Amino acid sequence: MTILEVKGLGISFGGLRAVNDVSFSVKPGEIVSVIGPNGAGKTTLFNMISGVYLPSDGEAKLDGEDVTAQAPHLLAAKGLTRTFQNLQIFQEMTVLENVVAGFHLSERPSIWADLFSLPSARRRSAEVRDKAFAFLEKVRLTNAAEEEAGNLSYGALKRLEIARALAVGPRVLLLDEPAAGCNAVETEEIDDLIATLAQSGIAILLVEHDMKMVMRISNHIVVLDHGEKIAEGTPEAVSKNPDVIAAYLGTEEEEPAHALG
Amino acid sequence: MDALMQFIYSGLTVGAVYALVALGFTIIYNASDVVNFAQGEFVMLGGMITVFAFDAGLPLPLAALTAIVATAAIGVALNKFAIEPARGAPVVSLIIITIGASILIRGASQVIFDKQLHRLPAFSGDDPIHLLGATLLPQSLWVICGAFAIFIGLWLFFTRTLLGKAVLATANNRLAAQLVGINTGFVMTLSFALSAAIGALAGVLVTPITLVSYDVGVGLALKGFAAAMLGGMGNPKGALVGGLLLGLFEALTAGYISSQYKEAVAFVVILAVLFVMPQGLFGEKKTERV
Repeated sequence: MTILEVKGLGISFGGLRAVNDVSFSVKPGEIVSVIGPNGAGKTTLFNMISGVYLPSDGEAKLDGEDVTAQAPHLLAAKGLTRTFQNLQIFQEMTVLENVVAGFHLSERPSIWADLFSLPSARRRSAEVRDKAFAFLEKVRLTNAAEEEAGNLSYGALKRLEIARALAVGPRVLLLDEPAAGCNAVETEEIDDLIATLAQSGIAILLVEHDMKMVMRISNHIVVLDHGEKIAEGTPEAVSKNPDVIAAYLGTEEEEPAHALG
Repeated sequence: MDALMQFIYSGLTVGAVYALVALGFTIIYNASDVVNFAQGEFVMLGGMITVFAFDAGLPLPLAALTAIVATAAIGVALNKFAIEPARGAPVVSLIIITIGASILIRGASQVIFDKQLHRLPAFSGDDPIHLLGATLLPQSLWVICGAFAIFIGLWLFFTRTLLGKAVLATANNRLAAQLVGINTGFVMTLSFALSAAIGALAGVLVTPITLVSYDVGVGLALKGFAAAMLGGMGNPKGALVGGLLLGLFEALTAGYISSQYKEAVAFVVILAVLFVMPQGLFGEKKTERV
């Protein structure tokens, strides 16, 4: 049972082959991490799966349906959403409003009830705010609920973005470096959060540089280097794979050259 | 005193028109960061199409409705065929595209309609109303009330409805809006339709007072732009206040200094805003996070 399947995905920017022929799959409740050195094509891969970039070839299937190159808002409606390494937050809204925006698709509005602020419309708004508040609790941001999002620290914004993504009600969640810029305690909290989300059945695709975190929570790891998949498997298997070690540390022949330089 | 009241009435009337043009600027600017210089042409089209539909025998309300719907369609077409294909281009390029579009619309109107001045009958007759020692045309009331009604309608739309909030979310961060499932393409289409419809309505309301011809749009776009700058670009409240203030400045300048300086007021306002407070009356100070 696979919820997200990526087959032969590739993209070129001009003459540069940024990602080439990458395939893997994610099951519901599974945490799959994509790792690799800087510039390996991890974020580019995310951008293709989430409809931000148009892949040059290959396909992405969500629950068996071909969703290659669909716009992000359509993917959101089908249950795939993401967070960004460099954040995409509504800076001028409050923290709570950011999460409320995440409920955009599940709200069933009536224009007239809204315009005249009828009890039904007010009840709906109150319900959504309560639900949004619950997500803020999950990421420990309730005391900043009424603050303007632009004033929050980087680590807090990362968690806010996760809360908003959860509000969309995803079946597949792509997290691009969720722990970047967070301290050790915050990282552990995000750890726990991701594990809980996976337990609730959400398929999680993760890009993360914190190797301890990746090894601890991943069920499956995909390793990219220079845009190619060079290995995949369980955390133990991957951490012992010579190709992976070479990609991260360089091969032995290279080492003297570096030492001399 | 009576003269002052008279100037205020005429200032508010023309100011209400500027406010409507500025509101049109605001909507498109909010959704896309583009200042749409074809906004004045929407006003012209509203007036022109109503005049020609009315002359062709349609009753006035129906003629006005036709003009508003047709202009909204032209607004959508402008987005579809000129702005959307250039998505990703720098904002300045998009603004220049709107200037091109305004020249195209003006030229086409000259050919399709004509180069004459046209007028419409006033909606509720021409008997002046005496109020506080000065007189006011019923049509002026239509214009002023129209501007306030549109402002309140927009305010309710943006603060209360999900669709309105989706427009604001798109303005705030397009990618984030897409991530939560907002169809940002539709939001853009809606913004252009709404903005064009409001422009057209302004044209319909003001034509009985100021007359309309194919080239009234340029001046209105400039005045509306000055009003939007004065109020703070992107803020609907600013658009309304900026428009009314600009209208009052103009009328008072014409009354107490010389009507020859009237046209210069808008430019003086633009300069003053840029020198003294570039964010305008209600605009937010932009601080870039690094």
